[in-house]
Amino acid sequence: MVVNCEQVWPEISNYLEGEVNPDLRAAMEAHFHECKRCTAVLDGARNVIHLYGDDRALQLPAGFTAGWRRRLTEYMPNPRGTALGWLLAVAAVALVSGSFALAHLDAKSVSALRSYHAEPGTGVPDEMMVTVSADSKIFHVPGCRFLHKHENESVRLIAASEAIREGYVPCVRCLRQYLNR
Amino acid sequence: MLRRTIAVEKPADTGDERAQSLIARIRNGESSLFAELVKPYERRVYVTALALLRNEADAQDVAQEAILKAFMYLRQFRGESRFSTWLIQITVNEARMRQRKQHAELFEPLAESHDDEEVAYTPRDFADWREIPSEALEKSEFRAILAKALASLGQIYREVFLLRDVEHMSIEETAQALSISVASVKTRLLRARLMLRDILAPAFADGWFGRTPFGKGSKPW
Repeated sequence: MVVNCEQVWPEISNYLEGEVNPDLRAAMEAHFHECKRCTAVLDGARNVIHLYGDDRALQLPAGFTAGWRRRLTEYMPNPRGTALGWLLAVAAVALVSGSFALAHLDAKSVSALRSYHAEPGTGVPDEMMVTVSADSKIFHVPGCRFLHKHENESVRLIAASEAIREGYVPCVRCLRQYLNR
Repeated sequence: MLRRTIAVEKPADTGDERAQSLIARIRNGESSLFAELVKPYERRVYVTALALLRNEADAQDVAQEAILKAFMYLRQFRGESRFSTWLIQITVNEARMRQRKQHAELFEPLAESHDDEEVAYTPRDFADWREIPSEALEKSEFRAILAKALASLGQIYREVFLLRDVEHMSIEETAQALSISVASVKTRLLRARLMLRDILAPAFADGWFGRTPFGKGSKPW
């Protein structure tokens, strides 16, 4: 088997990989022995492979390893994060239940006074029944003539505590004895 | 005169067993071991990204992204291929996505089209090849010349050359990672090697080496 340059070139790479059959290998070697040009091609290609195959030829940029490690850490759920998560959950529960408790407390507390001219009726006995009308601000002893009431407007008879909770203030006339002057 | 073939084939990936056991542990919750799993392949990941992107900053970013993706999708790794091959495939995908985003293919020189793959390459005629010893790699100027020569190759050649000759992946692995045939890897590899030889020869014979007193006891490296 005899080969010429044009037949050798396409096989140089396979030759270097050890992937040509024994016949072709022998023919190529005989050709290299005769042909300076093909030998230069072979030596050059082999030199290229050796140079680039050396770890020194292409180096990792500085900071590359630190970079991907940082990205991984940022992505991974770390143990401290989990603890923080639990802490947040507990805090959230506390907040929600707290707000419920507050709302409950609020239901019992006195809402804003309907009249800021008046005094809160804190001295009025809770269970004392008083009269209120919807659009008025003051609660009265039933029958007090100072009760403000529009025509057809119903008057409610409620406990003083309830009236106070709704923001009514005691009548300075009929409830005078209970005011904290 | 050198007549031996060179042992470019690396021994079988002995790290794969190690990888398998690490993967099992990571899946069982030891996430922090992932860094240990990836560390031996980080260079390969970076070089692959660089092969496709040329730009060092992009390659770095894509390689880091690929490592993160490998962690995110580790549950999907079926063990049908080596972990390293799977990791490289993720890197190739990431890099190709980045290329598409940047429309990099519009800027590829015409000579890099797939058509010229079929045309036989005629190596340039140099009277002799003056061996460049590995010691030259200690010089950053020399490494810069190698990088520049590599960057001047068309992408299809650069990528096979980097995976096969720089990262020592087998021809089969290279084909698998790039989703091309073994025959294509061989054809492109031949051309890449010959083109690099042709690019480097004049630079060293007349240029870089020529400017330096050469021989007679003084070496340029």
